Amino acid sequence: MNREDFEIFKQDPSLIYFDNGATTQKPKVVVDSIVDYYTKYTANAHRGDYDISLKVDMAYEGVRDKVKELIHNKKSKEIVFTSGATASINMIVFGFMKYHLTSGDEVLITKSEHASNILPWIDLAKEMGIIVRYIPLENHLVTIENVEKMVNERTKVISLAQVTNVLGDERPIEKIGKLCKENGIYFVVDGSQSVPHMEIDVQKLNIDFLAFSAHKMLGPTGVGVLYGREELLENLKPTSLGGGMNATFDSEGRIEYKSLPSRLEAGTPNIAGVIGLGSAIDYLLKVGLNNIHRHEVELKKYAIQKLEKIPNIVIYNKDIENGMIAFNIDKVFSQDTAVYLNHYHICVRAGNHCAKILKEDIQVKNTCRISFYLYNTKEEIDELVRVLEQSEDIFKIVL
Amino acid sequence: MDPNVRRQILLDNYQHPTGHGLKEDSSYIKINTNNESCIDNLDIMYKIKDGRIEDICFDGEACAISTSATSIMIQKLIGKNKEEAQRILDNYEAMLDEREYDKELLEELNAYDEIYKQPNRKKCALLPFESLRKIINKL
Repeated sequence: MNREDFEIFKQDPSLIYFDNGATTQKPKVVVDSIVDYYTKYTANAHRGDYDISLKVDMAYEGVRDKVKELIHNKKSKEIVFTSGATASINMIVFGFMKYHLTSGDEVLITKSEHASNILPWIDLAKEMGIIVRYIPLENHLVTIENVEKMVNERTKVISLAQVTNVLGDERPIEKIGKLCKENGIYFVVDGSQSVPHMEIDVQKLNIDFLAFSAHKMLGPTGVGVLYGREELLENLKPTSLGGGMNATFDSEGRIEYKSLPSRLEAGTPNIAGVIGLGSAIDYLLKVGLNNIHRHEVELKKYAIQKLEKIPNIVIYNKDIENGMIAFNIDKVFSQDTAVYLNHYHICVRAGNHCAKILKEDIQVKNTCRISFYLYNTKEEIDELVRVLEQSEDIFKIVL
Repeated sequence: MDPNVRRQILLDNYQHPTGHGLKEDSSYIKINTNNESCIDNLDIMYKIKDGRIEDICFDGEACAISTSATSIMIQKLIGKNKEEAQRILDNYEAMLDEREYDKELLEELNAYDEIYKQPNRKKCALLPFESLRKIINKL
């Protein structure tokens, strides 16, 4: 779909880019929107009284409204721009949870979370004695039954990726959200792998905090979003202090912060990046997230059907309906497979995908991951299959 | 080095590596080596006696380059004292950095003489030698 909108495929028509879980390519309109800011109206946001500065404000704040619509939220002030999903989660943990949890409170996560949704919790646990517990996985998946079993009166937070970054499984977020609401549990959702690929409604899903990154959804690197319900964000202590977020301060140490969301965006923001994100959202909404999801699922079905016929290919997430394939060539280290595929201009990710403790569950430390996006095609899959079919020659290529 | 010879050396050492399998022996020093790329993960064990490396063994999950380099390193280092091991390390690093080095000294390690062309794999070739760096002062 829409392959012609992406300059990189014109520059390099032989490029087969299957690493969209890591980052995505950028359509020309997104790049143009960034170049426009840098060439036509560069100015700081929220400061100036001159025309181009006002134009920046309009553009920058306009993106907040676009994000609000993207996630079906009602209030723009509940949208905070960050440097990425990692920064967003760190703000939630160290700006909010640190001041609202006490020793002995329990946080439920899983072993298939990304490092950015594990390490901050482990660090906070060491610092203040909260307890991190792992929801047991059922054939790698989170079930509402297993979540219910883990919830007790000490459970204060459930923090999960909506879609995981290794196997691409989607969690029963709506049910978990309901459970959280009924039990007064904060519900944190990492939307890095879901927001770019599917419709999401933070109201309907009862999400308290949502984090995601622009670069995984056709936007630029260095920009992300933190969504939080207003009453929670009001009580999130700024983890970064400086210009743009204070209303007044004096030498006696009296500081008054600005209202939301400026309070949580200290310093000159990544204006160009936010504008690029806005353009990416426009683009995604125009193509339609449901169409994108459908396309990816169809590509995966097509690929699995062909890959299954290759005897030495092991697939770990065959039955999960999404656009991600985790596989290995039998007895070949994943990195060697990735280097081999690179020889044919096929980009896949090898490794543990920042989910280092998932290996305790799936018994496989490293995999190759294919993750599709709208611009991938069946022809690209045919080429992948052709190359994997002749992989008995892999070490002639790799060594 | 002839590409076919090179490939054969690497493949032999990858598929049948020297020193594969850890030993239950407390006289060995165990070092875990994690590649910066965060994929390769090898445990390498050294036995040192009278200022010489008496034995080395290893296990773990790693790519063909790391595994073969570990195997060849083990062959080269057993029986060596500190000065000899240091010379091998220095020359090997020089080769990977495209500097002047003693070709004869490195023997089969010359199989990595073109690895600099793939910067992401240079780390793999260096991986086992990171462990040598950590124990060399104990020699």
